[in-house]
Amino acid sequence: MSHASTDAGAGHGSYSAYAIGFVLSVILTVIPFGMIMSGDFSRQTALVTMLTMGVVQVVVHLVCFLHMNTSSEGRWNLLAFLFTVLIIIMLVGLAIWIMVNADMLMMPWMFN
Amino acid sequence: MSTDVMSSHHAAGHDHEHDHDSGGNTVFGFWLYLMTDCVLFACVFATYAVLVNHTAGGPSGKEIFELPYVLGETFLLLISSCTYGFSMLAAHRGSKSQALGWLAATFLLGAGFIGMEINEFHHLIVEGFGPDRSAFLSSFFTLVGMHGLHVTAGLVWMLVLMAQIKTRGLTPQNNTRLMCLSLFWHFLDIVWICVFTIVYLMGVAA
Repeated sequence: MSHASTDAGAGHGSYSAYAIGFVLSVILTVIPFGMIMSGDFSRQTALVTMLTMGVVQVVVHLVCFLHMNTSSEGRWNLLAFLFTVLIIIMLVGLAIWIMVNADMLMMPWMFN
Repeated sequence: MSTDVMSSHHAAGHDHEHDHDSGGNTVFGFWLYLMTDCVLFACVFATYAVLVNHTAGGPSGKEIFELPYVLGETFLLLISSCTYGFSMLAAHRGSKSQALGWLAATFLLGAGFIGMEINEFHHLIVEGFGPDRSAFLSSFFTLVGMHGLHVTAGLVWMLVLMAQIKTRGLTPQNNTRLMCLSLFWHFLDIVWICVFTIVYLMGVAA
C-alpha cells in the first residue's frame, strides 16, 4: 500500500517506453510532413491521413511519455483527462459549427 | 476512494510516508492544472479554426509557412521530450549528475526550439505579415506564441530546478518537482503535435 502511494499522481516509465514512443513519434511525424511536402497526394487523402496520424501520435505520447494507464493509481488522471476531452470536443466543435454558420449567412461570397 | 486514502494517511502523521503521499497529491493537482491548460489551448485552437480563412487580402498559410523549418522545430521538441525522460529515469536511479546532464540537454533543445520560433516570427513581421495584418495572422501569432510562452516558462522552471537539484540533491521534494515539470514538458509536446498538424500541415494542404 505504501509503495502504491509513492506512485500516485503519475508513473515513472522505462527506457523501452521512451524508445518505443520516440520511434513511433518520428514515424508519425515524418509521414504526414512527407505527404504534404511531396504534394503527390489528393487533398482529401492528405487531410485524412494527417489528422489520423496526429490523433495516433497524441495517444502514443500520452501512453509512452505521460504513462497514462488504467491501473488504480492512474485512474483519476485518466478520468480527468477523458472529461477534459469531452469539454474540448464540445468547445471546439460547437464554436466552429456556430461561427461557420454565421459566416455563411453573413458573408456568402466567401464560400463561392 | 480518495477521501478514505487521504484520511488514513493523515492519521499516519508526519513521517516519511507523509512526504511521499503529499508528493503524489501534488503531482495529481498539477495534472488537473494541465487539464485546465488543455481547455485554454482548445479555446485558442477554436479561435484559430474560426479565423483561418479571414486573411483580409493578406497571405494565407500556404504562402508563408515553410514546412522543412517546422519539421526541424518539431524534432527539437520531440528529442527534448526523450532527453527529459532519460533525466527522470536517472533521477529514479538516484544518479544526480546524469539527471542534471539530461536536464541541461533538454534545456538546450528547448532553447533551440524557442530560438527558431523567434526567428520565424521575426521574418514574418519584417515581411509585413505581423499579427496586425489580418485576423488569420492575429490568431496564428496568438496560438503559436502562447505555446512558445509556455515553453519559455518551462525553460525558466528547468533552470530553477537544476539549481535546486545541484544545491539540495535529489530530495523527495525535488523529485516531485521533477515529476511535475516532466508532465508539463510532455504536455507541451502534445500541444505542438496539434499545432503542426492543424496550423502548418493543414495550412499548406488547404
